Amino acid sequence: MASNIVLSEVEYNVVGKRHLRPDGVDKVTGRAQYGADVQLTGLLQGKVLRSPHAHALIKSIDTSAAETYPGVHAVVTAADLPFASLSREELGGEYQRLKLASNHVLASDKALFKGHPIAAVAAESQHVAEEAARLIRVEYEVLPPAMTVRQAMESDAPLLHEDLFTSELGELSDKPSNVASHMAFETGDLDEGLKQADVALEREFETASVHQGYIEPHNSTAFWNTDGQLNIWCSTQGPFVVRTSVADILRHPVSRVKVTPMEIGGGFGGKITAYLEPIAALLSRKSGRPVKVLMTRTEVFEASGPAPGTWMKVKLGVTSEGKITAADIFLAFEAGAFPGSPVMQGAACALACYDVPNARINGYDVVVNKPKTAAYRAPGSPQAAFAVESVIDEICEQMGMDPVEFRLRNASREGVRRVEGPIFRRIGLVECLEAARNHDHYKAPLEGPNRGRGVAAGFWFNRGFQSAVNISVNPDGTVNLIEGSVDIGGSRASIAQQAAETLGIAYEDVKPTVVDTDSIGYTMVTGGSRTTFATGWAAIEAAEDVKTQMVERVARIWDTPVEDVQYIDGILSHKSDPELRMSFRELARQLLGTGGGITGASNVDPSGEGNGFGVHIVDVEVDPDTGKTTILRYTAVQDAGKAIHPSYVEGQMQGGVVQGIGWALNEEYFFNDQGHMMNSSFLDYRMPTALDLPMIDTVIVEVANPGHPYGVRGVGEVPIVPPLAAIGSAISHAVGRRIDRLPANPGAVLEAM
Amino acid sequence: MEAIEFTTPKTIDEAVQAMASKGDRARALAGGTDLLVQLRGGRRSADLVVDLKEVPELNEISYRPGSGLTIGAATPCYRLYANADVAANYPGLVDSASLIGSIQIQGRASFGGNLCNSAPSADAIPPMIALGAVANIVGPSGSRQVPVEDFCTGPGRNVLEPGELLVSINIPAPAANSGANYLRFIPRNEMDIAVAGVGSAVVLDASGQNFVSARIALASVAPTPVFSKAAGDSLAGKAVSDEAIEEAARLAMEDAKPITDMRGTIRQRIHLVGVLTRRTLNNAIKRARGEE
Ligand SMILES: Cc1cc2nc3c(=O)[nH]c(=O)nc-3n(C[C@H](O)[C@H](O)[C@H](O)COP(=O)(O)OP(=O)(O)OC[C@H]3O[C@@H](n4cnc5c(N)ncnc54)[C@H](O)[C@@H]3O)c2cc1C
Repeated sequence: MASNIVLSEVEYNVVGKRHLRPDGVDKVTGRAQYGADVQLTGLLQGKVLRSPHAHALIKSIDTSAAETYPGVHAVVTAADLPFASLSREELGGEYQRLKLASNHVLASDKALFKGHPIAAVAAESQHVAEEAARLIRVEYEVLPPAMTVRQAMESDAPLLHEDLFTSELGELSDKPSNVASHMAFETGDLDEGLKQADVALEREFETASVHQGYIEPHNSTAFWNTDGQLNIWCSTQGPFVVRTSVADILRHPVSRVKVTPMEIGGGFGGKITAYLEPIAALLSRKSGRPVKVLMTRTEVFEASGPAPGTWMKVKLGVTSEGKITAADIFLAFEAGAFPGSPVMQGAACALACYDVPNARINGYDVVVNKPKTAAYRAPGSPQAAFAVESVIDEICEQMGMDPVEFRLRNASREGVRRVEGPIFRRIGLVECLEAARNHDHYKAPLEGPNRGRGVAAGFWFNRGFQSAVNISVNPDGTVNLIEGSVDIGGSRASIAQQAAETLGIAYEDVKPTVVDTDSIGYTMVTGGSRTTFATGWAAIEAAEDVKTQMVERVARIWDTPVEDVQYIDGILSHKSDPELRMSFRELARQLLGTGGGITGASNVDPSGEGNGFGVHIVDVEVDPDTGKTTILRYTAVQDAGKAIHPSYVEGQMQGGVVQGIGWALNEEYFFNDQGHMMNSSFLDYRMPTALDLPMIDTVIVEVANPGHPYGVRGVGEVPIVPPLAAIGSAISHAVGRRIDRLPANPGAVLEAM
Repeated sequence: MEAIEFTTPKTIDEAVQAMASKGDRARALAGGTDLLVQLRGGRRSADLVVDLKEVPELNEISYRPGSGLTIGAATPCYRLYANADVAANYPGLVDSASLIGSIQIQGRASFGGNLCNSAPSADAIPPMIALGAVANIVGPSGSRQVPVEDFCTGPGRNVLEPGELLVSINIPAPAANSGANYLRFIPRNEMDIAVAGVGSAVVLDASGQNFVSARIALASVAPTPVFSKAAGDSLAGKAVSDEAIEEAARLAMEDAKPITDMRGTIRQRIHLVGVLTRRTLNNAIKRARGEE
């Protein structure tokens, strides 16, 4: 590892150290409990019957044979969803939204993608459930599918939703369309900016749908008790989000839904949507028994969220000094079968790395006959960066300008206003670019034929949102930290570290536990690089609350005013009487006899953003005979603000790069002409294996975030943003042809050559 | 998925009886790396699974300099490349045994299973064809021998009749100045299915400058593995040269009749046959000359 670059001045005791993770032993010994491990008395197994067609009218569903099949306890269809029996009048303005949400869970009149749930069965065993599901007779009228944004935007394209009208810059259009919305950001005067430019370059790009590829398939166990209490155990990044959407779709009080997040085998944004939970709940209500439903890998690919495929156009105007004067960007993102692609985020990230005075960004959210897209690390940003950074690279090539130098000349810094409005506070892009330029990797010349180097930058917002933490003091001087943030990348450790630092106690003395939605205040998803930032903040505030109460208690014991007591590094002492001194541990022992235990609590919703940036350098070699790309060397530089746990920051950076490499080189949803995914297994959906990767070098830059007590910015999203463009540019230099479509798999590169 | 019976015979006779008792509803099990995946995924069904791992003849490797190599049909790949005789005399087989799947898969997967599964992309088949391998089959009505190039009849189909078993594969002893090599092209570096594969075996004269004979076989470019006889025969008697190799590559490309699918296009696959034929011939020549 190259040495990290620490620019913040504060020295910490616990923060910034590489502590052991609290969940490590359970995970390496196989004792950690995942959703598939859930066992309950009388548990039934569920199976979802899914549409074999990408686009079809559902004429009828006959479940009678399945219902009478021995061992079957319940069969459900969309008719069992509350929406089916609610009228438009009853729902009012909620009608359209609830319709889409309900139809996503179980199709009613139309199947909108292959894998769309049609019905589900709960039975004594998995085999019986599968057999019974096969007995359900569904009559379809198959329709032609619209599979890409380009196809779906054609005027004569098959319509997915008869009642979907384009939200055209906020106004509803009058003709139904597959374009769910058109949004735009604009700043300055585009035409003027283009006039000022000496060079203008416009290019068009396409990227394929890709999946997050988490190792653990979706799973959900539900028990709907006769008193109306609904308990759910599942693999999710956001138990509170699952609670909200289950309560919404099932029209059940939020307070009667308890979601217990089990350990999670990866999510990357793909485990936020409630796919199986409402189905398991309906099956449980109907059967009176707990029901577990699991997805197979094929179901995961076909029916959980990929990141959108895209069609993009970028035009940049640049002066001969290498200053960007204008940017005109068109982004059309696949939403999947229901509206809601991250095109808005893509648009907001597209130019965030640069100070661009004149810009227009148009974004289109387009429905197609594919599974509904879901978040995937920095949703929308990698695709947009692929387009923008590739054009910058080509301009640098044409102008003979160093790509890092070019980016430094245009880099966003404190005070720069983004195209969509916000003004940056202190950020670390310049420091990242400088660290990249000074890195051995960048200084080492790349020699040899068929080789190329690529550089790209990337951005993610890192917003806060709500988090809650409770901290209770134990008699032995340790504390229990209760949180609602599912631990995906080591957040138990990074949150415990912030609590320990604040309390002035040892890291090992903080015991973090992730709990269910009944046991802690509202906590947003583990995602968007928010957890170490916002839940960490909640831990700091809960710890401050504990400190306040500890000071009050010791003041009472010493019979002295609170103002006379100070709390420094875990020691309580009297400001003027040196005899009066007590450690956190000593006081903890006395709590129960002096007024009872102490619990600190907090609910936070930090405003502002952490604003993360990264700069990546990659060297590749392309086999001229086969078009196969080998990654020779990869370096990722990123501003973490403060790396609370440097190993996990490095892990996030490397993980993001690996997924970016997959996205750039081989991963794609491959559909036949009927819209059926042909490669719904890890054999043919080609994520990189260990043998496909070099050691990924990381450099953490620390420019403290002024908006967080310890300077945290959040780190998980940024590292997947630059790889697509960096690799695309590296291959372009290696083969002498621009790469404007991803994946750049061997066949595609061979064709380009 | 329904209930399946399972039996573990100890002799060839017992195995054949078991297979015959259920006709085409019986499936032999060697490493199971194809069969179990297919049963679980619903792509094959069976009433009886006959485990072959306890029949001695199916789990032996024997080599005699005169008669060559016999590989028991259920012998896993790792035992092939761990075997000193195989490593010394059949590097072309080792190429294949050490790239199938991964270390874990190689601990189970057998050449016999690879052959009987009869996938067009099977990595063990082209080098066996190139080396002139023969399949030894037994069934209720006796035993027979089939050259490996005639074994597969379609994707997942082969000459085995219901009740028949592959017992072993015979590979002739290597001729003097001979060498072989197998390469496949995959977009990643492991855990992938060949977009195209080529196995080449050459026999050179004592000078190492002329081809005596050659055999070339292709994977993933037709419904079955392809024995490109024309490509190999074109080399016989010619001096070793880039032109001769180029001509063989061209003929091999002519024998490739691939389809376009998610793993590759027709154009890409034919092109790759050319690339891999050149590369495997060059590697085989080096081996024949003892340069590697
Ligand atoms: C993760 C993974 C990666 C893989 N990678 C590769 C790869 O890189 N290259 C490759 O070519 N293959 C690959 N395969 C496929 C498989 O591993 C190979 O085809 C392997 O050689 C099969 O051997 P087996 O012993 O496991 O066969 P089994 O699964 O036991 O049997 C295969 C078939 O042959 C039949 N059969 C087996 N033995 C006999 C016999 N003696 N007589 C009659 N019929 C018999 C079985 O009934 C079955 O239909 C991979 C599989 C997996 C799961």
